[in-house]
Amino acid sequence: MTLNLNDSHIECTYQVVDVSGLELPVERRLEALGLTTGTQITVLNKKQNGALIVKVRGTRFALGQHIAAGIQIEEATK
Amino acid sequence: MKDTVNIGFVGNPNCGKTTLFNAYTGAKLKVANWPGVTVEKKEGSMQYHGHTFKLVDLPGIYSLTSYTMEEKVSREFILSDDVDVIVDIADASALERNLYLTLQLIELGKPVVLALNMMDIVEERGMEIDMHRLPEMLGIPVVPVSARKKRGLDILMHAVAHHVDKEEPVIFVHDHDELEENSTHKHDHHTEYAMVYSDLIEDKIDAIIDVLKQHYPSMKNYRWHALKLLEQDPDIMKRYPIDLPEVMDRSYEKDIINQKYDFIEEIIGEVLMNKEKKEQLTDKMDQLLTHPVLGVPVFLGIMALVFALTFNIGDWLKETFVEAAIDWCSTGILNCLTFFQVNEVLVSLIVDGIVAGVGTILTFLPNIFILFLALAFLEDSGYMARVAYVMDGIMGRLGLSGRAFIPMLLGFGCTVPAIMASRALEDPKDRRKTILITPFMSCSARLPIYVVFSQMFFAEHAMLVAYSMYILGIVVALITALALKWIDKKESQNNLLIELPEYKTPNAHSIAIYVWEKVKDYLTRAGTVIFVASIIVWGLLNCGPSGLVDDMGQSFGAIIGKVLVPVFAPIGLGYWQIIVALISGIAAKEVVVSSCGVLFGIGNLNSQAGMDDMVSLLAAVGFGSVNAYALMTFCLLYTPCTATLATIKRESGSWKWTGQAMAFQLIVAWCVSFIVYRLGLLIF
Repeated sequence: MTLNLNDSHIECTYQVVDVSGLELPVERRLEALGLTTGTQITVLNKKQNGALIVKVRGTRFALGQHIAAGIQIEEATK
Repeated sequence: MKDTVNIGFVGNPNCGKTTLFNAYTGAKLKVANWPGVTVEKKEGSMQYHGHTFKLVDLPGIYSLTSYTMEEKVSREFILSDDVDVIVDIADASALERNLYLTLQLIELGKPVVLALNMMDIVEERGMEIDMHRLPEMLGIPVVPVSARKKRGLDILMHAVAHHVDKEEPVIFVHDHDELEENSTHKHDHHTEYAMVYSDLIEDKIDAIIDVLKQHYPSMKNYRWHALKLLEQDPDIMKRYPIDLPEVMDRSYEKDIINQKYDFIEEIIGEVLMNKEKKEQLTDKMDQLLTHPVLGVPVFLGIMALVFALTFNIGDWLKETFVEAAIDWCSTGILNCLTFFQVNEVLVSLIVDGIVAGVGTILTFLPNIFILFLALAFLEDSGYMARVAYVMDGIMGRLGLSGRAFIPMLLGFGCTVPAIMASRALEDPKDRRKTILITPFMSCSARLPIYVVFSQMFFAEHAMLVAYSMYILGIVVALITALALKWIDKKESQNNLLIELPEYKTPNAHSIAIYVWEKVKDYLTRAGTVIFVASIIVWGLLNCGPSGLVDDMGQSFGAIIGKVLVPVFAPIGLGYWQIIVALISGIAAKEVVVSSCGVLFGIGNLNSQAGMDDMVSLLAAVGFGSVNAYALMTFCLLYTPCTATLATIKRESGSWKWTGQAMAFQLIVAWCVSFIVYRLGLLIF
């Protein structure tokens, strides 16, 4: 089932399905940072306003609500 | 090898490029632990076996697209003749992400040497990198270094020297097992390039290269241009238009990125051992520092601590050491001058002008020192980037991303670098908004004003009054942002995206550089701008239309000040002396204090005796505590110093906008001071 990164839970790991819901420059930036399809993404922290801290390929990023809303994820298959 | 070799330092943000640059060139550029510290390219040089190596430190980038200005500028610079060898600096503790830029740099076709920085951290974490296999897979020399501990520096330059003349890339063999067996592409590129794409892409690259060779015979590196055309890079499409609709039917950028990361995963799988080792310390600290509810209070607490240290320890240092030294100096100078029977006017200039002005400013050095020491700790620990996340909620409501809070926070130190840090914001509108509100954050130059006036008029509440200035500055900045959001109406998107580095123990050397540079800057200002301003103010106060005057009330300064009295009277600042001090404060904000020293003929304003004299002088003209508070408010908000104005002009690129910003700040300062003064009169 595909979720939105905004619907994720803290300390859960997901898999990136798609980031193409965002403006092109933002999408390309995220892909360049390694958020490509199939990448594992772990949610470390989440705030009321939708901003969150995620860990992707060993690096932590803080993402704003708008960007998070454009990242489609699914439950990680291990 | 040429006599002069140009070396470009390229790498992801916060990977240690500047630390390495400093280590080689002996430069003292600021380094800290958050992405985006370096915003301008910096040049330096070193000698290597009789050759001059010119090093260029570039701002950190994650990729080489043309979507952002920084990346575009870096890409153009790297491709130009100004770079002979690329030193790609990668944070070895985040190798997976850093290798993406590495693959892009290799494709540019220039000699690349990969410097694996932060190897000490990798070792600490119990990870290992196969230093034999990594260069084999990438086809470029790989040198482990530790910029902080200055390890591997000679070996890196040795690799650069040996790599500079290589026209052809190092030939190497690299197996893509499953791809190779089923490959239908007619060339085996694995002996030529590290990064080989799928057959679909490789076929297209070949087709494009054929056309490029016909149309642009003098082009260097066909493969890179073909890739960029496949990505539909607007810059390259415009420069080298070709007509191949079947081959370039859509943008293959996403495919190219994905395949690069597939290759990176392959590399990581082969070269990185013990990958899963956790970094628990950072996670534990983040549980508190980025807590969804406690994050903001914790941040405010930290800032309160910073200023408590600044005022308390700073004042203690001042009373214990600095005051005595300054008194000793000024008495010494006076005795000297009297002994040599120097001309009376000259004595007045030196004692009442220069010593009163510059000397007063020097007494604040301890406060400034402590403030920058505390800020250096914040910046070097890794907390800075977290502040962007913590403040994102509040900033979002004001139509700005949390990232805009970093320049604002830096503004507590000095507005000039703070405004330059706004370059990290991608949206030009956000940048201007941030540039406009950052000067409201109270910088260290305004601190002397608070120290002096709050101690003079508010005695035991001095600390509280000084704090209130910082809060007032933040509030005005936030209200301005909110007002701009209303005017703008456009639904703003929250595009916060920032890398959060690992926490680390602040490095003594980095902090020493940071604090020393700031202290030096402060001393330089005392010796230049404030020195000159003190002389000018003395001149204005001792000369009048009739030549030298005994009564300051007849001087040019008084004449100018008196003209403006009606403007400043409604906000409680209708005193010509204060107006002269405020005008001189545009040179640098500390000058307000040094000018007061000169204006009221007080040798050391920042001492108990000096303050007592000043209070009685001011009380005589009806200037009380409410006026003092209005004065501090005005100083906090009015037109920033000349250095800041020059920076605003440079960053905005428009004199008109700079002028508007200046006028806006003046009006805000007047209005807020008016409210503060009138309210104060009602209450007290």
